[in-house]
Amino acid sequence: MPTLNDYLVLSAILFAIGTAGVFVRRNLITILLSIEIMLNAVNLSFVAFGRSLGTADGQIIVFFVMTVAAAEAAVGLAIVIGLFRHRESLNPDTFTSLKW
Amino acid sequence: MTFFYVFGAVAVIASLLVIAQRNPIYSVLLLIASFGALSGLYVLLDAPFVAVTQIIVYAGAIMVLFLFVVMLLNAPHEETEHDEKIHPLRRPGPMRFGAALAVSLLVELLWALTRGNGEPNAFGEASVSSVRTLGRVLFTEYAFAFEVTSVLILVAMVGAVVLAKRDPRAHT
Repeated sequence: MPTLNDYLVLSAILFAIGTAGVFVRRNLITILLSIEIMLNAVNLSFVAFGRSLGTADGQIIVFFVMTVAAAEAAVGLAIVIGLFRHRESLNPDTFTSLKW
Repeated sequence: MTFFYVFGAVAVIASLLVIAQRNPIYSVLLLIASFGALSGLYVLLDAPFVAVTQIIVYAGAIMVLFLFVVMLLNAPHEETEHDEKIHPLRRPGPMRFGAALAVSLLVELLWALTRGNGEPNAFGEASVSSVRTLGRVLFTEYAFAFEVTSVLILVAMVGAVVLAKRDPRAHT
């Protein structure tokens, strides 16, 4: 039987993959996808902890995280569309107006 | 239980390929595969409600939103041809620094998780898997958070419409 630690290790691996994606990729959509990977890694650890403690709170929090992720995806993609209209590019290095 | 390793391997490999793809459409489709594997893990954790929500909301709604935007923008390939030609170790500094930070984060987390000295903490018998119990907790203990979430969704909806709307001054 896999233990709580196994699930937490898997969650850590997924979270690190998401972090690496945010830093390495140069495409706004892929960066948003990496953020989704990180949110899912945290969801997995929430459910594993809830199972370990025998309470429903972990699954409830995952429900709220999914709601916030949906809102984040909608607003983030709207911003991406606006940026693409502005510069005709998805490379975050082209948006340097606020760079000193 | 070998299912854990199968689903975990599928999730990790699909997530790695999401990062490795240059075409965002393949990234989105691979991320759906990763979410399917995570949904299997939720079933193993006695959380069928979360598993079904993962498939319906994440793989069904959010990823379709991503796919829609990828196809709408019609700019599939990442503009990194000049970056791909150079050696990975000679990429721009922040990129290398960020990758090193991610690897160090993974090493730290694994070190912290594996240095426990006690017995392996296996899951107990008690588990909450019925949707009835979840609904009761959600609408009593977490009722306020639930209502605030509906306001959040409304704000996100209005914000997305306003942000994605064309600027009428651009055509005058």
